[in-house]
Amino acid sequence: MTIAIVDYGMGNLFSIYNALDYVGGSPKIISEPDELAGVGGIVVPGVGAFGQCMDRLCRFEGALNSARECGTPIFAICIGLQVLFEESEESPTARGLGWIKGRVVKLPLSVMIPQMGWNSLSIKRPAEMLQGIEDGDMFYFVHSYYGQPEDKSRIVATTKHGVDVTAAIARDNIFATQFHPEKSGAKGLRILENFVRAIRC
Amino acid sequence: MLARRIIPCLDCDMGVPGGRVVKGIEFQQIRYAGVPWELAGQYYEDGADEIVFLDITASHERRETMTSVIKKTSRSVFVPLAVGGGINGVEPAREVFNAGADKITLNTSALKRPELISEISDRYGNQAVVLAIDAKRRYTLEEGRHIVQTEQGPCWFECSFYGGRQFTGIDAIAWASRAVSLGAGEILLTSMDRDGTYDGFDIPLTNAVAKRVNVPVIASGGCASPDHMLEVFKKTDASAALAASIFHFGEWSIRNVKTYLKERGVNVRI
Repeated sequence: MTIAIVDYGMGNLFSIYNALDYVGGSPKIISEPDELAGVGGIVVPGVGAFGQCMDRLCRFEGALNSARECGTPIFAICIGLQVLFEESEESPTARGLGWIKGRVVKLPLSVMIPQMGWNSLSIKRPAEMLQGIEDGDMFYFVHSYYGQPEDKSRIVATTKHGVDVTAAIARDNIFATQFHPEKSGAKGLRILENFVRAIRC
Repeated sequence: MLARRIIPCLDCDMGVPGGRVVKGIEFQQIRYAGVPWELAGQYYEDGADEIVFLDITASHERRETMTSVIKKTSRSVFVPLAVGGGINGVEPAREVFNAGADKITLNTSALKRPELISEISDRYGNQAVVLAIDAKRRYTLEEGRHIVQTEQGPCWFECSFYGGRQFTGIDAIAWASRAVSLGAGEILLTSMDRDGTYDGFDIPLTNAVAKRVNVPVIASGGCASPDHMLEVFKKTDASAALAASIFHFGEWSIRNVKTYLKERGVNVRI
């Protein structure tokens, strides 16, 4: 079944396309909201700033909400994770999708910002999407802000960068990572493979 | 805590079909090392945290060869890819990003026109712009230079451009800090005195720049053994170590280097 990669004009989608293809998925880059109907899964990638991202993503909001209600597996990456929240310190006037209650805040000034590089996961609770991933496995992060859900049980993994940073969240059919699985070597591919499997089920 | 990164560097000659990886010694002699995308794949499998491609023969018509190398590589290599050499505007940067590069490295073009750093980082983010500096020790001290103490005596560092063929008179430490304020998200710092010499990284240089800027510094030039990497990680705040020959010519695999470092207390991704 097709995995739609939402192209809302925020940069390079080759990496995620290639990675999904590599693990046996059938990715398709889509740039129109109506193309989301009936797909097996959806990837919301993300590069850039929160406000800019929401400006361009908002025309997909209705289609994404429908997919969410239908139970279509949705995987959001990096800024894609952040826009699931209600708001962000990065763009105070912008509104997020609000699927996860809480806000996105800036990393503490005591650490290097952006956090750029490989950091280890601390797994908080089991999640299907983290099958094959162990505590301490490293993933590639590039970000300056991080999500703080009101309901901490949404957090499935954190990483340490000055503070405990939300690294992955899950809720119903939604899974999201702050790190880039498509740039995280074999472990990242494993997570994408879990997503491809979830779609086949 | 962020891991220290190990980055193999592929110096590419794009003047032959498909390109080839070469390695110079002290910016001079050239030795053939392999096919770019094949070597990249091999290093990825071996645990490279990132891969840098530098087009040493950069020219407009050869950029197409580089973008096809990146396209091919990004189909099966899933770590960040950085590409440099001859990127002198937003348009050539866009071409390599569209081919699958995550970062571009700027050197000569940024020295000639520093605003290029902002133009690219405004569009693609600071994390996507790596400023490469080729620095050479100068023991003739001058007013207004950042003086660094070394075992050979106090010196300052001069930036070179055009692949080490010309000098600029620009102070490397001051340039690093200016480039960061313009939007460079990372500094790839090569010691011209050490490059290809197998004498180890220039520790005073790496330290001086890493203390000066709040972005990651990639130490480069002179690495011939895991001990050199251990030294640069123990004695400086370098976020990453870059090497070429040590990996190209089969002396050490990336995996072995990382195991060596981990056993000695360096936080690396295994």
